[in-house]
Amino acid sequence: MNERNERIHGVACTFRKVSDVFHAAEKVRDAGWKNWDVHTPFPIHGMDQAMGLPRSPVPRLTLLGGVTGFITGCLLTWYMNSYDYPLIVGGKPYWSVIFPFPVLYECTILFAAFGTFFGQFIFNRLPRHNHPLFELPNFARVSDDTFMIVLEARDPQFHVDESRNFLQSLGGQEITVIRD
Amino acid sequence: MAHAHDSSSERPAILDKVRPAELPRSPLILNNRGFHWITDKVCGIVEEETPLWWKIMFGVALFVASFTFIGLGYLVATGTGTWGLRSPVGWGWAIVNFVFWVGIGHAGTLISAILCLLRQKWRTSINRAAEAMTIFAVCCAGLFPLFHVGRVWFGWWLLPLPNQNGIWPQFRSPLEWDVFAVSTYFTVSTLFWYMGMIPDLGTIRDRATTWWRKAFYSVLAMGWRGGNRQWSNFEMAYLLLAGLSTPLVLSVHTIVSFDFAVSNVPGWHTTIFPPYFVAGAIFSGFAMVLTLMLPLRAIYRLHDVINQYHIDNMCKIILATGTMVGYAYATEFFIAAYSGNSFEKFAFVNRAFGQYAWAYWIMVSCNVITPQLFWFKKVRENHSLVWIICLFVNVGMWFERFVITITSLANDYLPSSWGYYSPTIVDIFTFFGTFGFFSVLFLLFVRFLPLLPMAEVKMVAPQADPHAH
Repeated sequence: MNERNERIHGVACTFRKVSDVFHAAEKVRDAGWKNWDVHTPFPIHGMDQAMGLPRSPVPRLTLLGGVTGFITGCLLTWYMNSYDYPLIVGGKPYWSVIFPFPVLYECTILFAAFGTFFGQFIFNRLPRHNHPLFELPNFARVSDDTFMIVLEARDPQFHVDESRNFLQSLGGQEITVIRD
Repeated sequence: MAHAHDSSSERPAILDKVRPAELPRSPLILNNRGFHWITDKVCGIVEEETPLWWKIMFGVALFVASFTFIGLGYLVATGTGTWGLRSPVGWGWAIVNFVFWVGIGHAGTLISAILCLLRQKWRTSINRAAEAMTIFAVCCAGLFPLFHVGRVWFGWWLLPLPNQNGIWPQFRSPLEWDVFAVSTYFTVSTLFWYMGMIPDLGTIRDRATTWWRKAFYSVLAMGWRGGNRQWSNFEMAYLLLAGLSTPLVLSVHTIVSFDFAVSNVPGWHTTIFPPYFVAGAIFSGFAMVLTLMLPLRAIYRLHDVINQYHIDNMCKIILATGTMVGYAYATEFFIAAYSGNSFEKFAFVNRAFGQYAWAYWIMVSCNVITPQLFWFKKVRENHSLVWIICLFVNVGMWFERFVITITSLANDYLPSSWGYYSPTIVDIFTFFGTFGFFSVLFLLFVRFLPLLPMAEVKMVAPQADPHAH
């Protein structure tokens, strides 16, 4: 990163149509950019491929949550009904996987849901309320009907003027430099 | 979508000769409304000045809700004897109302989760309100078992905590399973509802003009920026939560039905209960969704996003599940006759022709006969009639739970212990008030949170397809 770019977050441009931003994203991907993003009011079908994004890592935390939940349920019911205060009910074993199964089932789902929910926040680095993009006057329209491509300064390819020209060649409008 | 394009060039030659008719797909958004129109419409509901009807309705809802608090206050001060419970009927309106409200909640999860997995795009217009309905219905449901414990200050005994004698909850009890099922259901539904709302809260935040509005929605929106890297994780998490909610919603009403089915009371001890309860829950829930959405659609002029196609689909689901419920009633009778068990036979003959026959026939006419009107297109297009039929369904489903609970308990094995159960005024106050409690929560939701999922509605608009020309 060169000296000039230190206080710059990146450059942004807007698009009005889904197909325009979609094809522009494919070109940015093919140009080999790594630190960039497409901001849209809704998820565009196929945009992950158009950007060349890998599969989301959220399912790993879902699995982790689910396994944790099942084990927690087993430990909980075993400890309470069989270890700490064993009670004979109907001459049955103190603990088996069968009788508390609804509890284990619900614990599995509950913890897997926590894993998914918090996984989304963790991998999206949210909550974060102070992002430089929020300073852009036209960023508010991105949650309405405008699409925005942002090339970030931390990408090795980034150079203010060249990146602006690149965005222009993609058909982007309202090309703006974002200050940090 | 890209795949469909490739295949069109190499389609079989025969297709050009026979020229098959294009199957028209009903549009989900009428009048070619654009993205900005959707934003304006949904955010407008939150941003406009509080309408007069809202203030009046809110006042009425608060007044009605106060009945629950009077009922519960009197109950706590006096004891559960003030409810109409006495031997042999130890489970009265409380369990009826609990199952009724939990059942209503199920349509929300069905719409948001199961229809999402089945790629039913029409769900997008109604899923937010239906999920809100789920959460508020579960809030109402939770009140009844909590206060039915009698000494409500010992309610924490339901949780996996030791009481003062070091005794833990007994996990062999279906009632303890229910605690886990309903609390998990409430938690997961709330997470799903809130996570789905984050992008829309971001939209409201970006349009906010006053500082308090900006601050309020900024905190709720968690700094959402709508980058595709965020959407990618968001979409994955949304899909996974839908996948987790699907077995959850089926398990919740299954476990609720275990409260009955695991006992050995005639009329309760049947294996048909789980699927029968789930079908009934979806049935009553969809009726409640239509009961709420039809007036809101008229008030906020949402005809372009909630159109006849949506209403048709919901009516057809009500018809299908209503018929399933009717089939379950018939199967119960058949199995009772076929079982050769005289107690079982008596339980069902007693339901239809005994001292509670009036309730049974209200149930059958509301749940099985009334929804058959939805076979007719004319009926589905007459929205006042749809609304009235949905009210009937709600009434019928409440009576279903009443019939199941009360008839089996009032006339069980020993004729010497038979009795006739009637609710007291305290029961009636408590139940009546829950409609107000529910309405208070729902009105607050309509006023302060995005009623329709804007991002999802935009996603199913034709112009959201990147390959459209």
